[in-house]
Amino acid sequence: MIYLRLFYEFFKTGLFAVGGGLATLPFLSQIADETGWYTHSQLADMIAVSESSPGPIGVNMATYVGFTCAGIPGAVIATLGLIAPSIIIILMIAAFLERFKESKYVSSAFYGLRPASTGLIAAAGLSVAVETLMRLEVFSASKNLLSLFDWKCIVLAAILLILTRWCKPTKNLHPILFILASAVVGIVFAGV
Amino acid sequence: MPILLDLFITFAKVGVMTFGGGYAMLPILQREVVENKHWATDEELTDYFAIGQCTPGVIAVNTATFVGRKQAGVLGGVFTTFGVVFPSLVIITALAGLISHFSDQPIVQNAFAGIRVCVCVLIFNSVLKLAKSSIVDKITFFIFLLVTVLGFFTDLSPVLFVLLAGFAGIVLKVWGAKK
Repeated sequence: MIYLRLFYEFFKTGLFAVGGGLATLPFLSQIADETGWYTHSQLADMIAVSESSPGPIGVNMATYVGFTCAGIPGAVIATLGLIAPSIIIILMIAAFLERFKESKYVSSAFYGLRPASTGLIAAAGLSVAVETLMRLEVFSASKNLLSLFDWKCIVLAAILLILTRWCKPTKNLHPILFILASAVVGIVFAGV
Repeated sequence: MPILLDLFITFAKVGVMTFGGGYAMLPILQREVVENKHWATDEELTDYFAIGQCTPGVIAVNTATFVGRKQAGVLGGVFTTFGVVFPSLVIITALAGLISHFSDQPIVQNAFAGIRVCVCVLIFNSVLKLAKSSIVDKITFFIFLLVTVLGFFTDLSPVLFVLLAGFAGIVLKVWGAKK
């Protein structure tokens, strides 16, 4: 019964993959080894598509793997399996927090947690920024400081920064508009 | 609009507008959930992300469940979560069925080269907004700086940072106050 097995495998993934979408990867590769539902090169394709389509990557990958294994019902069942543990655990944590929200222990823990959470997001953003705006390999080959930065991307980033922070008519526009405009810029200026 | 439907549609919108992974969802959540719907504050969003980092599952899904539960109980949590995954189900199934080498297309790759730059800038803006509610004194600024640097330069698990920071908060606030 492939549906039951799909649900079970993705429930396990959802239960043990801690720290976001890409944390599901080792589990998906294990599923490939154990079940033979898809190959590792198929998995690589699925990651690429999941990263380049809207939605959380972990959910996209579950949907894709489920679809590859057992069509549309497979996609639905794998996704439900992945999110079921999250829903159960978060509902329990939320109930716990609500009961203890007056507790000084809980509020003090969050006093420390909030800046750490913001720091983790900043660190993740920095990693993406280095990968996107800098060309470490080119720099280490040429030792020329000017070649360290991807100037095309830096210019786009600077323009976006101005438009989203300081330019009054545009700074309150919906973020998705900037994302779509950047996609168009990426396509138009690809050859430059 | 009934609240459950509103929760489902709003989170489906968030799901469809998230390009490039969980953190890219943050600017969209701030706009739709904090600024438009007032279902959560920036502060609560930081809390949800912190908890999402150290509990199993996709962070976007965890955050959706939190917001939904707060607005409309357990059923609300289920509806927001279904909402946030619904676009993925539709889009991925369509892509998998129609285009076999979607992400190999040059046009897709070029578009994402642009999108990645935009996501960097949007995350930077989001971090500044979150910092306003999470960095309230010298100690919290120090925790922020330490986690940013360690998170960037090391491969330590986010779980470790979250647990230690929570513990540090208790030690500094509760026990520190007794002295």
